[in-house]
Amino acid sequence: MTDSPQVKHHGSDMFEGYPVDTADTAGDQVVTNYTINFGPQHPAAHGVLRMVMELDGEIIERVDPHVGLLHRGTEKLIEYKTYLQALPYFDRLDYCSPLCMEHSYVLAIEKLLDLEVPARAQYLRTLFAELTRICNHMLNIGSHVMDVGAMTPNLWVFELREDCLNFFERMSGARMHHAWFRPGGVHQDVPEKLLVDIGEWVETRLPKLFGDAMSLVVDNRIFKQRNVDIATVSKEDALAWGFSGPMIRGSGIPWDIRKAQPYDAYAAMEFDIPVGTKGDCYDRFMVRVQEVYQSARIIKQCLRDMPSGPVASLDRKVVPPKRGEMKQSMESLIHHFKLYTEGFHVPAGEVYVATESPKGEFGVYLVSDGTNKPYRCKIRPTAFSHLQAMDMMSKGHMLADTTAIIGAIDVVFGECDR
Amino acid sequence: MTHPAPLVAPRENLAAALEKLLGRDLLAHVRAVDEDSITVTRDAIAGVMLQLRDALEYQQLMEMAGVDYPDRPERFEVVYHLLSVTKNHRLRVRVSTDEATPVPSVVPVWPNAGWLEREVFDMYGVLFSGNPDLRRILTDYGFEGHPQRKDFPLTGYTELRYSEEDKRVVYEPVRLAQDFRNFDFLSPWEGADYILPGDEKAGGTGEAPGKGAPSPMTADAVKKADEAKAPPPPTPKTTDREAQTGAGKGANKAAARPSKDGAKTRPAAKAKTPATAKAEKAPATTPAKPRKPKGGDA
Repeated sequence: MTDSPQVKHHGSDMFEGYPVDTADTAGDQVVTNYTINFGPQHPAAHGVLRMVMELDGEIIERVDPHVGLLHRGTEKLIEYKTYLQALPYFDRLDYCSPLCMEHSYVLAIEKLLDLEVPARAQYLRTLFAELTRICNHMLNIGSHVMDVGAMTPNLWVFELREDCLNFFERMSGARMHHAWFRPGGVHQDVPEKLLVDIGEWVETRLPKLFGDAMSLVVDNRIFKQRNVDIATVSKEDALAWGFSGPMIRGSGIPWDIRKAQPYDAYAAMEFDIPVGTKGDCYDRFMVRVQEVYQSARIIKQCLRDMPSGPVASLDRKVVPPKRGEMKQSMESLIHHFKLYTEGFHVPAGEVYVATESPKGEFGVYLVSDGTNKPYRCKIRPTAFSHLQAMDMMSKGHMLADTTAIIGAIDVVFGECDR
Repeated sequence: MTHPAPLVAPRENLAAALEKLLGRDLLAHVRAVDEDSITVTRDAIAGVMLQLRDALEYQQLMEMAGVDYPDRPERFEVVYHLLSVTKNHRLRVRVSTDEATPVPSVVPVWPNAGWLEREVFDMYGVLFSGNPDLRRILTDYGFEGHPQRKDFPLTGYTELRYSEEDKRVVYEPVRLAQDFRNFDFLSPWEGADYILPGDEKAGGTGEAPGKGAPSPMTADAVKKADEAKAPPPPTPKTTDREAQTGAGKGANKAAARPSKDGAKTRPAAKAKTPATAKAEKAPATTPAKPRKPKGGDA
């Protein structure tokens, strides 16, 4: 994988007239910069990231990330699908936090339609978006600590991730690609027992297991040596490079879309925004750790305040009726048929809707021409801006720090490459 | 406001501030669906962005999107989404361009514009002057064409597979086992862009029927859309005056005159509705486009 370093010898002509030993010794070598490929097949690259790195010894001089190896043309495909058919593509963007991907999209549609969503649906979405955040952070925290050498916490937090996936399975029937948020609400109501179990889990198992796992890491000397003061990003840089999510909060800017521009039920929630002080990898990691506790807080509030009622809008021109209704009513049958073939029309216009996904600002720029298919659907991935700053962040660091930096970015290529 | 999407409060005095700051570079300022968007002159974009960042506190460039409108003389729109974390406001800035005219790069203003511009270049072929590194970014090494353009087929032109004989990945032209099926579920009464066979005989305008009511539109919006697209209502045929009946002296005279090919000439005065006039003008011999069979044939 690596090119062998080119070794330049001091010519003997420099020392003409002197008796010199022309044999090589270690100190005589001048090692020129050399270039290596980090990835695209590298366990610490979190997917198919290829980075062409120019190294001076072990010091990184320049990084050129090559992305797009997982490009699937999602935006193009969406232009050929109706609004509802395009929804499952969003699960496959950031497959570690699928519901948060759907969230931006359904909100964008609802904004264009100016559609009212029942309160229970808003609470359910908020609850499961936060559960997704925990699920995502479990994966990221686990792999981050593993990238810098710790094994045990990863196994423990993956237990929690498994719990989350089990909850998702009971919610929608699918462990990862749920397609459960729908324009107008959510697809199905959840069993009462599931909400009870989530409440119990948040109270007991999550804080215990997560607390145990983090107690191994957060004050660990080796973990700190690998993360503190690595890839420090100032507030100014974080703004200029378009950072968002834990990356911008790690740099000390208390910016969270859930607070600043509340959507769904977030306006009614009480939670804190953890921020870092120095903007290094350790701060970003700790922001995520704290966010897990804040998400748990939000989940408890959702469970406490969740009203009963319909879980999707009753506007039958957007939300299809349930099967039972169809057996009784001709009108419902027609609506069902029309919505699953032609789909609903969205008034012409454009919106940019961004939500706080676990990784940062995930936005959807939706242009509608008034038909049943989006004219343009641009997806704003979080990782694009963060990865672009890789060169800025890793300049002057050691090669081994790369894994910590990538781990703290929390990059997933389904989303980055689209 | 009823939708649950992120709440962004309108920014006070934004229109006046923009007007004052940008002057003649500001072409339009629209506030629709609770979002502000401005159109600016292409050549001034870098300066405009600098002004917006420093004077109006839009610190972050969150997103850049290309949009393709093939019917326009300048077919591409480049749309920038700015975010102000201090004023808690979002602003959309757009410029338009075509295949050949470069857009000034905003990399000096925001370093993260580099990749965003690369992506717009990759997907649409929009050029950015001043971008230090305008390579393709998402598509394959050696890819040709700009896939997000509306005239680029969804299936693309090449596909690749691992060839057991060559022991490597080979590129081949796309061969589909079955035709690409693009289902057209648009109701012909609500904005389909073809004419149903037979409709042209009924004295239609030769255009698609007027835009119907996409279900969730408000009545006002529907009315506006109809007025924009529908032809003027035809004048009803009346027989108030003699000339309108096709009878009378003039008509008799004309009817008596033999035509060259033996057929009678048409009466000179005949009340035509604009709709029928247009239908006659349209070549009657052109057969209506056969309706595409829908769905699979299997």
